[in-house]
Amino acid sequence: MAHLSLTNVGKTYGGSAQAAVADVNIEIKDGEFIVLVGPSGCGKSTLLRMVAGLETISQGEIRIGERLVNQLDPAERDIAMVFQNYALYPHMSVRDNMAYGLKNRGESKAVIEERVAEAARMLELRPYLDRKPRALSGGQRQRVAMGRAIVRQPSAFLFDEPLSNLDAKLRVSMRMEIRKLQRRLGTTSLYVTHDQLEAMTLADRLVVLNGGRVEQIGAPLEVYRAPASTFVASFIGAPAMCLLDAQVENGTVMLEGHALAPVAQAAGPVTLGLRAEDLRITPGGVPMRVDHIEELGAQRIVHGYVGDQALAMIDTSEAPLPETVHLGVAPARVHLFDAQSGRRIEAAAQPVAVPAE
Amino acid sequence: MQKIKPLDHLILILGALFLCTPVVMALMSSTHAAIDIHSNGLFLTPGSHGAETYTKVLTSRGGFTGDVTGLLMLTNSMIMGLGFAIGKIALSMMAAYALVYFRFRFATLIFWAIFATLLLPLEVRIMPSYQVMSELHLLNTYTGLIVPLLASATGTFFFRQFFRSVPDELLEAARIDGAGPVKFFIDVLVPLSKTMMAAIFIIMFIYGWNQYLWPLLMTTDESFFTLMRGIKSILQVWVGSQIPDYNEAFALAVLAMVPPVAVVVIFQRMFIKGLTESDK
Ligand SMILES: Nc1ncnc2c1ncn2[C@@H]1O[C@H](COP(=O)(O)OP(=O)(O)O)[C@@H](O)[C@H]1O
Ligand SMILES: [Mg+2]
Repeated sequence: MAHLSLTNVGKTYGGSAQAAVADVNIEIKDGEFIVLVGPSGCGKSTLLRMVAGLETISQGEIRIGERLVNQLDPAERDIAMVFQNYALYPHMSVRDNMAYGLKNRGESKAVIEERVAEAARMLELRPYLDRKPRALSGGQRQRVAMGRAIVRQPSAFLFDEPLSNLDAKLRVSMRMEIRKLQRRLGTTSLYVTHDQLEAMTLADRLVVLNGGRVEQIGAPLEVYRAPASTFVASFIGAPAMCLLDAQVENGTVMLEGHALAPVAQAAGPVTLGLRAEDLRITPGGVPMRVDHIEELGAQRIVHGYVGDQALAMIDTSEAPLPETVHLGVAPARVHLFDAQSGRRIEAAAQPVAVPAE
Repeated sequence: MQKIKPLDHLILILGALFLCTPVVMALMSSTHAAIDIHSNGLFLTPGSHGAETYTKVLTSRGGFTGDVTGLLMLTNSMIMGLGFAIGKIALSMMAAYALVYFRFRFATLIFWAIFATLLLPLEVRIMPSYQVMSELHLLNTYTGLIVPLLASATGTFFFRQFFRSVPDELLEAARIDGAGPVKFFIDVLVPLSKTMMAAIFIIMFIYGWNQYLWPLLMTTDESFFTLMRGIKSILQVWVGSQIPDYNEAFALAVLAMVPPVAVVVIFQRMFIKGLTESDK
């Protein structure tokens, strides 16, 4: 158990001109669950593997606890890692898989046995201790991989997309299990995923990565309510936030010539961000031509166009919809981004901490 | 289900007979007296001299020194076969390990250089090899018989391909678990390679067992004679009116077949078990 600090961490692979990871600064508190999230190829794994010691660190410093670990071997860093494909030793029994690291460390037999038994109890793996990994289901294998991490009692857990190989249902239940386990053990964790839902549900804080750089760090709701850039806005939340070209005129944001909401912002072009779940059907709102409807049961996602810009809204009524619906949004839920840089314009909405309703 | 086609079966039966008859003939003929074979040709039915011939072949002393028994030759062949198989597996696994897991310059070039030696079989380089051994005073030793032929491009190639198919994460997990290069090799790679080792063991044992030219050149001391040389020397005694001991030659040939067959049977089972067991 320890805090983890990354200072100006960067990585450039040999033979590649572009940095895979650049200028990453993260302070992770003891016991915190941090999720690195971003699209495929954004450098999440690279960053995690640098923490693990599986990749060399090109720039910056990584500290685990107070120790600078840049030059240490993975085994000396006091971390444990869970891989996407489990990476269990196929020829060893579940018990041996979990015990292998401890054996190499020279722990006594009694300690090893006790820790393995404890982990097996926690993960409900006791009936499978003598089986080989191939005789286990995907979910069980992943639990063995977690057991292997737990028995080491490391300073930090590192997860690299541990649930990606599981089917959707199992993923949800394993997600909860991981979260519960982490709370219970209180071990600092760094978790990589490309799935924003997984990130939202697991994280104490999210780190959104884009092209090897940090776009935003914050609690899931903070990131959801106040995305720092159009990239974060379109990545976090499902369905994705719609980004539209709009104008601010006289303190009002205008979409295709229709007034939408008052904003405290100088006149000029902006990128307007609207979440489907924030839009309401209101008489006199912005007209949207309905294109198609996704029925989800509890709700439906209505896709349409304002002018020629695509927009989606979530509707919970079951009444048939006219060809054109009129939409409104609470001013606090209007997100404005700089039309050029895509960065959030902070003054746009009301204070974020108070959810407007 | 497919319909049984008589013609297919006929072809298969003929093929099986074609392959099996010589073996059966050797076995049966070895149980007859040499004189019968000489006058009547080969037999397909068992004779009555089996026990006597095999005992003689295994225990009677022969050769110039009168010290060479069949048993000794059998032992020598066994040493050759096992030495080749085990030595080649050990050496080529280590070479492949270095090629796959250690980053050094020219690894690929070195690999292709090793691979290219396949084009240079023993027969091509037999004189220089002999000279080297002779200058090292290793003629008439097991070391001289086995070591010069241990480097195996085939083995290295197979193990290299196999190691490359092992997922990288396994190495990474092992590194986090504190296993250094040697530990990873012994604790993870070697057990994973079992089926590969069984397959190469079969090939290399038979290769070693069947060596003829190299032992012929390397050893003049009769106590190093292998079965392959023994069979030859039995048939060489065309002295005067003596009839060659056909029966003994056949008996030796049959004996020479037993260990390779045993190796194939034993390791094939392991080999298949390994294939069906390891799905990951
Ligand atoms: N071993 C490597 N050598 C060279 N480039 C690499 C290597 N591993 C990853 N990369 C590159 O680094 C970038 C980030 O990769 P990665 O960290 O695996 O992304 P993610 O895990 O977010 O999908 C990618 O552009 C990828 O092509
Ligand atoms: Mg990845």
